[in-house]
Amino acid sequence: MEALEALRMNKIVKSFGSLKALDQVDLTVAKGEIHCLLGENGAGKTTLMKILYGIHQQDEGEIYLNAKKVKISSPKEAITQGISMVFQHFMLIPNLSVMENIILGQEETKMGILADKESRNKVANLSEKLGLKVRLDMLVEDIPVGEKQRVEIIKALYRGAEIIILDEPTAVLTPQEVSELFKVLKTLKEDGKTIIIITHKLKETLAVADKVTVLRNGKNQGSITTDKATPEILAQMMVGRNVMLEVVKGKVEKGPVIFETKGLNLKDKLKNINLKIHAGEIVGIAGVEGNGQTELLETLIGLCSPTSGSIIFDQKDITKDSVEERLDQGLGFIPEDRNDRGLVNNFKLWQNAILGYQKRYEKKGLLDFAAITKASETIVKNYQVKVLGIDSKSSSLSGGNAQKLLVGRVFYHNPRVLIIAHPTRGVDVGAIEYLHKEILSMRSQGKAILLVSADLDEIRQLSDRIAVIYEGAITIEGDGGDFTEDELGLYMAGGLRPESKVVKA
Amino acid sequence: MLEQWLNSDAVFLTVALLASTLRMATPLGLAALGAVYSERAGVINLGLEGLMLGGAFFGILGSYLTGNAWLGVLLAALAGGIMALLFALVTLRYKANHVVAGVALNLLGLGFTTVLLVAVWGNRGKSPDVAGIYPIYIPYLSDLPIVGELIFRQSPFFYLLIILMILSWLFFYRTKWGLRLRAIGENPAAVDSLGIPVFTYKYLAVIAGGMLAALGGAYLSLGELSMFARNMVSGRGYIALAANILGNWNPIGVVLASFLFGLANAIEMNLQLYGWPTQFVQMIPYVVTMFVLGGFVRKVQAPKALGQHFDRSNTNM
Repeated sequence: MEALEALRMNKIVKSFGSLKALDQVDLTVAKGEIHCLLGENGAGKTTLMKILYGIHQQDEGEIYLNAKKVKISSPKEAITQGISMVFQHFMLIPNLSVMENIILGQEETKMGILADKESRNKVANLSEKLGLKVRLDMLVEDIPVGEKQRVEIIKALYRGAEIIILDEPTAVLTPQEVSELFKVLKTLKEDGKTIIIITHKLKETLAVADKVTVLRNGKNQGSITTDKATPEILAQMMVGRNVMLEVVKGKVEKGPVIFETKGLNLKDKLKNINLKIHAGEIVGIAGVEGNGQTELLETLIGLCSPTSGSIIFDQKDITKDSVEERLDQGLGFIPEDRNDRGLVNNFKLWQNAILGYQKRYEKKGLLDFAAITKASETIVKNYQVKVLGIDSKSSSLSGGNAQKLLVGRVFYHNPRVLIIAHPTRGVDVGAIEYLHKEILSMRSQGKAILLVSADLDEIRQLSDRIAVIYEGAITIEGDGGDFTEDELGLYMAGGLRPESKVVKA
Repeated sequence: MLEQWLNSDAVFLTVALLASTLRMATPLGLAALGAVYSERAGVINLGLEGLMLGGAFFGILGSYLTGNAWLGVLLAALAGGIMALLFALVTLRYKANHVVAGVALNLLGLGFTTVLLVAVWGNRGKSPDVAGIYPIYIPYLSDLPIVGELIFRQSPFFYLLIILMILSWLFFYRTKWGLRLRAIGENPAAVDSLGIPVFTYKYLAVIAGGMLAALGGAYLSLGELSMFARNMVSGRGYIALAANILGNWNPIGVVLASFLFGLANAIEMNLQLYGWPTQFVQMIPYVVTMFVLGGFVRKVQAPKALGQHFDRSNTNM
């Protein structure tokens, strides 16, 4: 059975300066299909979709909608043609109401005055028909992420979208919200809408898509229906070589507790946090973003001081120590935002390689360049940072390489306790594999590791113990194997309470 | 009894003080309304002072050339629009820092009005007297006790301010263009992604803002003195900007805030009459501005994208 073709993009070429972002890319999507556009960061997925949505114009190639050649030179034309895009960073205006956000740009008016009733009926019809629950009079800034996404989808439908593009739609959702979203997408599909999802997540692709097209370095690696695909096949198409999707975690003898928090409170952001980390152990903190992870990290590293409670490092109370003193004692920190807190982007690579540890490279009050060069070169080599030389600007590094540099800097300077936040965010599959291996090797060397991540797979694969943080409190803690993914998701959403499950001490 | 009370000194003085409050507030309110348009579109308008000065000058020039003060008002608004267009080009097209460009606009306003003053009338200090715009006594209503004197014997500029305030409120909160403009000041990338021409809105809003500020300036020259004097706006542009902030970028709020600053001005004038030291008394409006901004500013919320340059290529879309 051959379905009708909704969209065909033919030999699309697009360059930005000297960089060829897309090279002769084809994409064919059938009507009423959920089609995943899979690829690593920088593979060109988003660029391709921005061309379809009229934000960029292709240098070469044609676009056909319903077998008719079209030219799309602005988002407005795309909308007129029935194409809508839901961006990864939602395009919503926080202090306008849900209603105002939905109608913006397509307002119903009566003699120039907004016709609230008419718009309201139209929106209510849409949301009822497709089971998309939203509260129209709430301000967007006051609603949860999952609802924001539903607002975006209703926005698209309100504009009469036939083709809906979603850019990394699951990046900010809990597992429950993801399955809700997939349900909605399937309803839309039954309603005859065509859906294109930009993603790099293999599991989700297989769970929701009918067909997958893989991009790598701006080139089309082919399309495959999901009934014939496996995670391994897709990963190989994405990366171009075999990738170990599951890290192999050896057994490590747990040592004594070397890092501990006792009753840590921070205003109303952190509530009575008690954590114990043994040498050779990874403790994973799972949670939806914004539940106190940032505050916890900043308190542990010393960027803010707790309202009450203490932090014990090797039986010594370090609660009052400065960041520098903590680093000196062997606390290593990989911050959640590598561009903001981790690296200074217009510094040279060697400067970033010793940042925070510069005191160790002093000789009579001056920087010892021989030692610095040696250290930076070792970091670049040992941690596989792909770069021209240690004099290159750090801003020239890709996400994965910047993260490797950051990890290299911390691991190289011999920490005993590691606090690692979102080590693989925005990093491609190949680099994820590498970073996970490095983290595990620190574990075998007997380091105590605290891992904070929004990626449940990562938490589950790496952690010996898992603690769930919800609204600033650890709601449950247990051995890694104690939880199923669904259970963790429910705890993260605040759905299950600790007493509903027996926890091993 | 009532008659007696109405004729008492206290009432007389209070009414006089409030009436002068409204007079002082009129130019501030018009300029602050102008700031609302510009800043809701995300453009910081520090150039109000220059725009008002331009309006004040061209109002007089128009009246001088045509003999009709209302044509002067029209010319003032046009001049304000053109100055604002220049400001919009510099900030929107060439992406100059809004604050720097605003300060430049103020210096430009002071410079070229002085030059033109010399060129047209050969006088560095002031223009000759021209036909001005005088208060209108509204029939019947102006005979009412207290309110009549207070509200219905004001300059046409005052009535214009109240009408523009109401129309602006309707515009921002009841029309689609207003909704879009508010959205642009918060998140232009989102608005752009919906196919709305962000820059067209920004240009028009800045130009409208310039015209309103120039009307405020025209009131100072045509409405109060019937002549132009060098640097006659003397800081009111900055106070109008403060009123715009205190009024939370809301047309009704900013006019009310202007009344507060107008009151400070009126008190200053009265105290001077009573022989208080001039230099000290002249501080009052500015001190009030500082305290008010310091004390209340935390409760107001500026448009999120205020002062930022919008450019498709560096958004997260």
